[in-house]
Amino acid sequence: MKILVGISKAPDTTTKISFTDNNTKFNEDKVQFIVNPYDEWYALVRGLELKEKNGGTVTTITVGGTDHDPIIRKALAIGADDAVRINTEAADGYMVARQIADYAKDNGYDLILLGKETIDYNGSMVGGMTAELLDMPYVSVASKLEIEGRTAILERDVQGGIEVVEADLPLVVSCAKGMAEQRIPNMRGIMAARTKPLNVIEPSDAKGLTRVVEYNLPVEKGEVKIVDAENMDELVSLLHNEAKVI
Amino acid sequence: MRTDQYQGHDYYEMDELLTDEHKLIRDAARAWIKKDVSPIIEDYYERSEFPSQVIPGLAEIGAFGPYIPTEYGGAGMDQIAYGLIMQELERCDSGLRSTASVQSSLVMYPIWKYGTEEQKQKFLPKLASGEYIGCFGLTEPDHGSNPGGMITNFKDQGDHYLLNGAKLWISNSPFAQVAVVWAKNEDGRINGLLVERGMEGFTTPEMKGKWSLRASATGELVFDNVKVPKENLLPGRSGLGAPLSCLDSARYGIAWGAIGAALDCYDSALRYSKERNQFGKPIAGFQLQQKKLAEMITEITKAQLLTLRLGQLRNEGRATSAQISMAKRNNVEMALKVAREARQIHGGMGVTNEYPIMRHMMNLESVVTYEGTHDIHLLITGLDITGENAFV
Repeated sequence: MKILVGISKAPDTTTKISFTDNNTKFNEDKVQFIVNPYDEWYALVRGLELKEKNGGTVTTITVGGTDHDPIIRKALAIGADDAVRINTEAADGYMVARQIADYAKDNGYDLILLGKETIDYNGSMVGGMTAELLDMPYVSVASKLEIEGRTAILERDVQGGIEVVEADLPLVVSCAKGMAEQRIPNMRGIMAARTKPLNVIEPSDAKGLTRVVEYNLPVEKGEVKIVDAENMDELVSLLHNEAKVI
Repeated sequence: MRTDQYQGHDYYEMDELLTDEHKLIRDAARAWIKKDVSPIIEDYYERSEFPSQVIPGLAEIGAFGPYIPTEYGGAGMDQIAYGLIMQELERCDSGLRSTASVQSSLVMYPIWKYGTEEQKQKFLPKLASGEYIGCFGLTEPDHGSNPGGMITNFKDQGDHYLLNGAKLWISNSPFAQVAVVWAKNEDGRINGLLVERGMEGFTTPEMKGKWSLRASATGELVFDNVKVPKENLLPGRSGLGAPLSCLDSARYGIAWGAIGAALDCYDSALRYSKERNQFGKPIAGFQLQQKKLAEMITEITKAQLLTLRLGQLRNEGRATSAQISMAKRNNVEMALKVAREARQIHGGMGVTNEYPIMRHMMNLESVVTYEGTHDIHLLITGLDITGENAFV
């Protein structure tokens, strides 16, 4: 089974967020980047588990410049067989999906696994668009994936329960919590990653369709006023006159 | 103990001087510790028990002989990778680092450097995988800072050596499968012998009652007419220089490890100072607390740069024993001071097991004493710069 796993970078969750270029670009200065957790913990590790069970290969694909190489090496250290980096800066979800689809269409993948979203821009678009561009079925936000022959059996967490879905391979899946457990790269894997192929491929002519006009930080939280539990009149007055919600 | 919220601190952007592989190794060690060791370390420390279930994980992250060549089961990494692993281990607990230091620098290193090909093949892969744990016997009850005065000795009996004597303060001894033992031959020359568990007359009683390194096992090595096969002698080097070269490697790892302990104390103190409110604001906003925190990160940063440079020199085979002594001495004292200041910032909470400070502080009292005391390392620097021996 040939498995392709999307790997993207994301700022470490402790990053202090700021913007440059008139609030149109994320300020990457002094930011520690990690592998997007949904890509790493769920898509990649489930891909590796399926390979270990059924045989085959796991290739990672990343759209980005050389600054992505450290996170790609980590994915190789965790266990991917080889990596592809499409050498261009990601513009938007559509452009990334087109780059992945343009690469994948001639390479016969049985399964394309992606994280359900990146934890920075939270677009959640790439999976659906990649599937459409490749004319493959798509299951989003899956928390469980098993393969039987040429059929995938998936579970999705839905309101109040679990939805069980079946789809034929080849298939695109966006992966959510529950699909696998995090794997920490071991020393053997880190050593092996040195010599695994990281193939750099020039991009297709796909361009983004959207432009970021501006980023804004959330409004800072105001101070908390504590009202004595016995003083209902003051609470009502504050809600009415200051908060203007009643 | 609370959830391990540790974050590294890199005030001078030293990460830019590391390779991507170094950072991957360090971050993997940190992630494994947070997942498998931090949740249990306080409990094992209090029970004064080594958590032996972490041995396979230590091997997985490459903590056992990362710089040993791959043909002997090592990872063939450089000295900085080794240092970073020691830093992360001691960030959790000095006892954890001690176990890995001994295995790497005091057991695998002498077998690699001074052993026969057969000895390397027999022991190194098993030590790298954690199947075997080793220990190192140099210190004796009456010979600590003066190891050359040792009385443990062996006599050539034709087809074997007969070993007699005792070693004390030996990390890992109670469960080690193999001990690298330094003993004098009939000419008074110090040699290394590989003594294996099960050899008749060889016992390893555990020492109890330590208020330090409680999550690491310490014991004795007792040799009562132990017959050691002749092929268990390390032939590559004899004299006191042989064990001291192992100590160079271990002390280098301690220099990194102490930074780890200091970083953990600083990290905890910094977080606590921002969360703890007194007089209507976080205590981080008070000058006396800021003085403590600012001095801590200054001293940590100086130690980080000193130690990284030492790692570069070791990679080039140019680091002197005296340079290693300076780093070990400086960094351990620095870590002790940081621990004590961090304890004050935590107020009363600092003496509880909710925070790691007192455990680090107690551990570091061993670290400042073992592998060359604080005073002995000063005399090594003194000898190096003046040419005058002040030891005797």
